[in-house]
Amino acid sequence: MVKTIKGIAASDGIATAEAYLLVQPDLSFDKKSISDADAEVSRLKDAIATSDAELTKIRDVAKESLGEEEAQVFDAHKMILADPEFTGAIEQEIKDQTVNAEQALDDVSKNFIAIFEGMTDNPYMQERAADVRDVTKRVMAHLLGVELPNPSLIDHEVIIVAHDLTPSDTAQLNKKYVKGFVTDIGGRTAHSAIMARSLELPAVVGTNTITGDVKDGQTVILDGLNGAAIIDPSDEDIKKYDKMAKDFAAQKAEWEKLKNEATVTADGKHFDIAANIGTPDDLDGVIANGAEGIGLYRTEFLYMQSDELPTEDDQFEAYKKVLEGMKGKPVVVRTMDIGGDKHLPYLPLPEEMNPFLGYRAIRISLDRQEIFRTQLRALLRASAFGQLRIMFPMIGTLAEFRSAKKIFEEEKAKLVEKGVEVSDHIQLGMMMEVPAAAVLADQFAKEVDFFSIGTNDLIQYTMAADRGNEHVSYLYQPYNPSILRLVKHVIDSAHAEGKWAGMCGEAAGDNIMVPLLLGMGLDEYSMSATSVLRVRSLMKKLSTADLKELADRAVNESITNEDNKKLVESYINK
Amino acid sequence: MEKKEFHIIAETGIHARPATMLVQAASKFASDINIEFNGKSVNLKSIMGVMSLGVGQGADVTITADGDDAAEAIVAISDTMTKEGLAE
Repeated sequence: MVKTIKGIAASDGIATAEAYLLVQPDLSFDKKSISDADAEVSRLKDAIATSDAELTKIRDVAKESLGEEEAQVFDAHKMILADPEFTGAIEQEIKDQTVNAEQALDDVSKNFIAIFEGMTDNPYMQERAADVRDVTKRVMAHLLGVELPNPSLIDHEVIIVAHDLTPSDTAQLNKKYVKGFVTDIGGRTAHSAIMARSLELPAVVGTNTITGDVKDGQTVILDGLNGAAIIDPSDEDIKKYDKMAKDFAAQKAEWEKLKNEATVTADGKHFDIAANIGTPDDLDGVIANGAEGIGLYRTEFLYMQSDELPTEDDQFEAYKKVLEGMKGKPVVVRTMDIGGDKHLPYLPLPEEMNPFLGYRAIRISLDRQEIFRTQLRALLRASAFGQLRIMFPMIGTLAEFRSAKKIFEEEKAKLVEKGVEVSDHIQLGMMMEVPAAAVLADQFAKEVDFFSIGTNDLIQYTMAADRGNEHVSYLYQPYNPSILRLVKHVIDSAHAEGKWAGMCGEAAGDNIMVPLLLGMGLDEYSMSATSVLRVRSLMKKLSTADLKELADRAVNESITNEDNKKLVESYINK
Repeated sequence: MEKKEFHIIAETGIHARPATMLVQAASKFASDINIEFNGKSVNLKSIMGVMSLGVGQGADVTITADGDDAAEAIVAISDTMTKEGLAE
């Protein structure tokens, strides 16, 4: 039976493949008294041996597809399995308490987890608790005879079906075989959506029910253009979507011709289209899509993909690779934006009622200066290899910007004194995402070199609506005149001081927003690499003279988000 | 029985990667090898044991090895300590 599940279109493209359910199986068990301890120990040993063999395989595959770093975590898991203190204690527990292996494993593992989690002054040890948990899960699954999903072992083309995808889930995926993502929850700005766009894979999120609707191995067509997943499609469906996929490919080929062209409007005005990246690996996509720079390098992935704070040298290598790869084109690096929905296992943050309003981004950097200074030193050293620009996330007050700048100057002076080569032309800017700063943009503009508007956070804070909460998702209103007025004030303030303003949120690549932003004179548009050519093609057809008037009406006369959507649509269709 | 003391200089003590390296080095030998810190002694071939010691910067630890290849084991462990920047 064909079933069509609707969701939010999060990343363009169409794919057909088998479903791969990335869901955690039920690992509950009953406590049992046993009479034959030797038999129980041998069950345990079998489960450990099977787990070990599986981990060896996963590690080898991970090493090949993801690299040495990602593979190391599986080595750590293997060591726990081989640990005499761990396995010995479980065997002892079986014999002493005459309980089944499941119960003994659970007891011993809980003990170790408690010890590691109790070391609150030592985040590295606390993180070991997660390793013990992972290993316990694997052994438990084998004892119970259920299968754990092993995404790194995928060896044929699949569409990943999950409740949600976390950064650590996606880190383990063998991307060679993944053709798309479909999830129960999330919106266009969810990690899974951003990841899909940077990998140029179709994605549909927020279906609510997909993990219950589809079974492992069923054929699924994923329509990332319209936001739908078609389960068990008919031959007719497959034909229809094949045609859509071909049309989409043809349009992409048309855009492709603009790859080496500058971004120029119909009336000859030039604007910069840049790309957002998360890791140096994303450079290929940036270059393939002809972006004129990098408008947002999200450095937090460096921190999230590691199991300890990345060293200055590790960071330096990553930044240098990006700067060299861009061959002199500007690269805007955003300093660490941890907190909110992004956590580091080795840097425990306090539990907060409102993490998005809490201890995050520059607030952590200014408080934990050793982390911030290490990052700035790595950036400064890399600045000799290209055109580096640095921006600070979540700046709300001038004092924060001044403190960050002062620390930057201090680290720069120290490096110069040591004779390290450092560029003298590093622009220092800030993200415009806190409404307080946007309102005061005219004051900030005197001290910064540039602004980059982060629309997702600016909208969430201005509308006071959590962007991850489905019940208030109607308040995500990028065209609301209140948002547009803030955006216009930021752009005008930058220009009044001879500075430039960019946008690095989702809206910078949005078909409705782009005409308005052109009308307001935004200088730089940074988006997913896959959007660059579409937006360049759109801008070629638009004329800034008309758009200025359109933007004025949107800012001054419109009342609602919908008004402005219609305003731009009717202009484009004319 | 062979014995050697180390003064830990690594900023984060014996954690994740260096701990793994020490356990891997020790596991290559047949001798019984222990690490002693703060009056507690654990099997150096046990990652969980070593990590649960919680050895921080500035700590003094004693490694003991007992068996036919004890001398070689101490040399290999000393090498690992230096290579991982754990001790001088």
